[in-house]
Amino acid sequence: MADKKKKFMQGNEACVEGALYAGCMFYAGYPITPSTEIAEGMSVRLPKIGGKFIQMEDEIGGIAAALGGSLTGLKSLTATSGPGFSLKQECIGYACLAEIPLVIVNVMRGGPSTGYPTGPSQADIMQAKWGTHGDHPAISITPAYVQEILTETVRAFNLAEKYRTPVVVLYDEIVGHMREPIVIPEKGELEVIDRVKPDCKPEDYFPYDDKYEIPPLAPFGKGYRFHVTGLNHKKDGFPTNDSKIIEENNLRIMRKVENHKDDIWKNDEFMLGDAEVAVFSIGSTARSARFAVKQAREAGIKAGLLRPLTIWPFPDKAVTELSKKVKAIIVPEMNLGQMALEVQRVSKKAEVAGIHRVDGEPINPAQIFEQIKRFK
Amino acid sequence: MSSPTGGVVKKEKVSVPFDYNKYLRPNKLPHIWCPGCGHGIVLKAMLRAIHNAGLNKDNVCVISGIGCSSRTPGYVDFNTLHTLHGRALSFATGVKFANPKLKVIVVTGDGDALAIGGNHFIHTCRRNIDLTVLVFTNATYGMTGGQYSPTTPIGSQATTSRYGNIEPPFDACEMAKASGASFVARGTAYHTLELEKTIQEALEHKGTSVVDIIDACPTYFGRMNKFKGASQMMEEIEKDKTVSVKQVDKLPPEKVQGKMLRGVLHKVDRPEYCEQYETLVMEKAKAK
Repeated sequence: MADKKKKFMQGNEACVEGALYAGCMFYAGYPITPSTEIAEGMSVRLPKIGGKFIQMEDEIGGIAAALGGSLTGLKSLTATSGPGFSLKQECIGYACLAEIPLVIVNVMRGGPSTGYPTGPSQADIMQAKWGTHGDHPAISITPAYVQEILTETVRAFNLAEKYRTPVVVLYDEIVGHMREPIVIPEKGELEVIDRVKPDCKPEDYFPYDDKYEIPPLAPFGKGYRFHVTGLNHKKDGFPTNDSKIIEENNLRIMRKVENHKDDIWKNDEFMLGDAEVAVFSIGSTARSARFAVKQAREAGIKAGLLRPLTIWPFPDKAVTELSKKVKAIIVPEMNLGQMALEVQRVSKKAEVAGIHRVDGEPINPAQIFEQIKRFK
Repeated sequence: MSSPTGGVVKKEKVSVPFDYNKYLRPNKLPHIWCPGCGHGIVLKAMLRAIHNAGLNKDNVCVISGIGCSSRTPGYVDFNTLHTLHGRALSFATGVKFANPKLKVIVVTGDGDALAIGGNHFIHTCRRNIDLTVLVFTNATYGMTGGQYSPTTPIGSQATTSRYGNIEPPFDACEMAKASGASFVARGTAYHTLELEKTIQEALEHKGTSVVDIIDACPTYFGRMNKFKGASQMMEEIEKDKTVSVKQVDKLPPEKVQGKMLRGVLHKVDRPEYCEQYETLVMEKAKAK
C-alpha cells in the first residue's frame, strides 16, 4: 500500500474525501458547528477539479441550491447540524417527491434548539426519518469511524444516485471531530454509481415513468425540457388531482426503498455468534459498546454488538432475528430512546433496555458494561 | 380602453416569425388564472421577449416558487422547475451556478419573492448571479384567497386586513437596487409592448436582472377594494399610478407625485458571480 495515501484526518475531512471520491461536483451550504469543516474542505477542493462550491445565505438556500445543482446532472452535497437539519426538512421532502438525488450530512450536536453546539448527540435519528411532512422514503447512513465516514459517504452517494432520492449521512460530533489514521482508497477500489440517464428521444421521455421502479433522470439543458414540481404529479411531471395517480406515485416512491432494503441495509456484527446479551448501537456510542462487549467477554459474559450502518430503513430483519437468540438487547444512545423504541417495535422475545444520555457527554464503556452484567 | 403606451418599436427584425405555440405546452392549457388576471399578459410578453432575444428553448430554464404566478413554468416548453414557496431563487442559483450555459428565468410573485423568499432575493441581487427575475406584483396572496402581501398599499382591504392594511409596502425595485442587482426595471401588464421590451433587455443583461411587474388580481384585491373590474384596475393602478422614466423629467411635479416609475431604473456593469468564480476562484485554486 502506498504510504502517501495514508492520512491522519478528522471525520469531517474524511467526509470531503468520500464525497470527492464519489464524484461530487457541487456543494451548497451554510456554516454550522460541528459540520463546518465539510464546507471548508469542499470550498478548497471543488474549484481545483472544476466543481462548484457556494456558501448560501441560509440553510434552506443551501439545500435548495444543491437540489438545483443536482438537476443539472452534478452529484451534489450539503452538510449541516441539528438546527440546520430542521430548516432543510421542507427541501428534503421536495427531493423525495421530485426524486432528486442528494446527499445531506448531519453532524449531530446536542439539542433541542440551539442546544449544545459543540457537544455530541444522536438525537436526530427520528428527525432523519420523520422530519419532513407527509409519508416519504428515508435512507440514513450511520458511520462510526473516520475511515468509515469516507467509505459510507461514497455509499450514500451511490444510494442517492441509484434510488433517485435524498440520503442522509448521520454521525455524532465525536466521530466528526475525531482524528484517526485512514487510507484514501485508489480509484476503482470502491464502487461508484451514477444515476441512470434516459436514452430515449426527448419526446418519449417521462421523468416519472411508472414502467420503471426508478425512472431515469435527464439533466436540465440536454434537450429533454421536462417539468419538475413538488405537487403530486403524473408520469410526465405535471401536477394532477387524480387520486389514483397520486396514490400510485406516493406508493412507488416508498417501494424504491421498501423493495430494496437488502441492498440498502448494512450491519457490522461483533461477537454476536454465541451472544446471549446483545448491544445495538451506532456512531461513537457503538465504539464504547464494542469496548464494553470485550470487557464482558473477558468477564465470561457472552455479549455481542450489532452496529447498523444503515439506520433507515430500520434494520428490522437483523434485529428481529437477533431478538430470538438473545436474552436482552441493550440500546445505548445519546438521546432519550429514539432507537430503543424501534428495537422494541421489532423485537420478538428479548428484553430491550436503553441507556440514554442527553448531557452532551459520551456514553462510556463502563455504563454499557454495567447494563450487560444485569443480564448475564 | 386606450392603446398601450410606451410606444416601443422593435430595434431589429427577428427572422423567425413569432408563434406562441412554439413556446407553450398547449396540452397543459387552460391555465389556472382567473378571468381578468394580468398574469397571462405577462406570460405572453415574456415569451415574445424570449423569442426576440433569440434564445434556444433547450438552454432556457424557467424556475418558480409557489403562488399563482409560480404556475407559469408548467405552461411553457423549456426546462421547467416549480419549487417551494420562496425558494425559487435558491434553486435557480444552484441550476445557474452548476450549468452557467443555461439562461435561467425566475418567475415569482410579490409574496414569494419579497416575504417568504426575501432573504434569498437580497442575496441573489448581492451576488449578481446571471438570473432574470420577473416579480409578478399583484399586492395579494391569490392562491390562498386574498391575504395582504408585502406590496399591499396601506389602508387596503384583504382577507387578513379587514380593518385596513397597516403595513407599509415594499418597493421591489428599490430593494433590488440597494441589494446590488445590476439591472432593475419596472413594467406593468397594461403597458404590454413596453414590458416585452423591458424583459428582453433584462434577458440580454449579464448579472441579476429584476423586473417588477405590476399586474392586477381582480378576484381578490379588486373585489375587496371595490374595483368594478379588471380593466378599471389596469387603468387606475397600472396606467394612472405609474409614469415612464423617459417622461418623468418632462412632467410637472404634481403629475409625478405618488407614482411608481416604469422602465429601466438602474443598469450598471458589475462582475457576474459565475464568471467571478471561474476567473478568480477556479483559476487560483488550480494554480495552488
